[in-house]
Amino acid sequence: MKVGVLALQGDVSEHRKVLQDLGVEAPEVRTMADLAGVDALIIPGGESTTMGKLMIESGLDRAIRERAERGMPVYGTCAGMILLARAAGGGEPPLLRLMDIEVQRNAYGRQVDSFETDLDVPALGPPALHAVFIRAPVVERVGRDVDVLASLQSRPVLARQGVLLVSSFHPELSGDARVHRYFLELVRQNKAS
Amino acid sequence: MADVGTAKLKRGLAQMLKGGVIMDVTTADQAKIAEEAGACAVMALERVPADIRKEGGVARMADPLKVKEIMDAVTIPVMAKVRIGHFVEAQVLEAIGADFIDESEVLTPADERYHINKHLFKVPFVCGARDLGEALRRIGEGAAMIRTKGEAGTGNVVEAVRHLRAVLDGIRRLQATPEEELMTVAKELGAPYELVVETRALGRLPVVNFSAGGLATPADAALMMQLGCDGNFVGSGIFKSDNPAKRAKAIVEATTHYNDPDVIARVSEGIGEPMKGLDIRSMPEAELLQTRGW
Repeated sequence: MKVGVLALQGDVSEHRKVLQDLGVEAPEVRTMADLAGVDALIIPGGESTTMGKLMIESGLDRAIRERAERGMPVYGTCAGMILLARAAGGGEPPLLRLMDIEVQRNAYGRQVDSFETDLDVPALGPPALHAVFIRAPVVERVGRDVDVLASLQSRPVLARQGVLLVSSFHPELSGDARVHRYFLELVRQNKAS
Repeated sequence: MADVGTAKLKRGLAQMLKGGVIMDVTTADQAKIAEEAGACAVMALERVPADIRKEGGVARMADPLKVKEIMDAVTIPVMAKVRIGHFVEAQVLEAIGADFIDESEVLTPADERYHINKHLFKVPFVCGARDLGEALRRIGEGAAMIRTKGEAGTGNVVEAVRHLRAVLDGIRRLQATPEEELMTVAKELGAPYELVVETRALGRLPVVNFSAGGLATPADAALMMQLGCDGNFVGSGIFKSDNPAKRAKAIVEATTHYNDPDVIARVSEGIGEPMKGLDIRSMPEAELLQTRGW
């Protein structure tokens, strides 16, 4: 099983390290050929506008949308969540529009308002999940087919729709691999079915 | 229940910038051009280094109003520079909500002996370094990100290469050093012992390391990435060139696809004249910015 990490910009090596520590091959994805060789994709944290522009330039926006529509699991963290959303406020419209959520960029505030906290995530069980929010987007609305897996002050921060997973925080920075394990389980089930 | 201003959050924002290009801008319009070209952050300043060099005088933090205008114009993070040791300029930038502070040798130092105690701030800092010892001293003071200094405002990449190689060479030497020698090495580097031990174990700096100071072309950007930096700062190189929008976009693409010569060739075609460079060997010692910082 190969889980690619979109490597146009952002904290790519942090995601790859978590995946590799879980025994999964995690190639960088920069081109269509790279994408063709993976079973699933993680879109990392970084700057959504930067990644979006580089995706268009390389044609990866269309290629990722096509693969995802044919059932490829995708997990987006922070900027990755913005790119996957159906609508995003506070900047350019999102690119992939694969998931039925609406988000607002940087809505938790600027960098001085970035924070760490603990989340209850029933799907992962105890203990609480330590979560790192950096200039994070806020989820303002979720569609009917979206399962909210964790919320903070009644705003969704971890959500799933079929084989699409998003988080407004960065599990790749917290040293707790449970969200990545959860995603890998989706990928395995998807591959088996 | 929520923690703010932690080292993880400060270093974390730098991690989100990796693989990207941070561009110097002096107006909101330039900031928009930079964002449109794919910059992952902008550095707000009064004058780009090439103009600071030309015009002389004391170079200070930008007008807070200008920084705020730039913050309002873009959604990407906004950085701004303060003078070395000028902790009140840093307090001002933190108060107006700048996302990152560059304690920079490009501005005229306010203190010729001490840098800012960066642990006291919620906002992250980036600092320049010419070698491993200097990088680890800055991290010891609380820097969440390092940029190798190069020689700003010259359009000449030679010093950026020298300083990045010096940092990486320092790390390789550490990795070949037996444990019992590390305290003496720390003494010789003038660096905190714990950070020397951590860097040796990681095989890299404990924070993100960008290159800076003299990058002017897409090939320069890819060169620094292939040498092993995490991303690039481009200062005068963009808005002192013929076609800033085109050059900025080309440098962003070359930074992402740094290992693909076909892409670098394609984006380098027909982007107009780069900024006119300076030969650093012909510059008097007093005009070098890189020797500021201690």
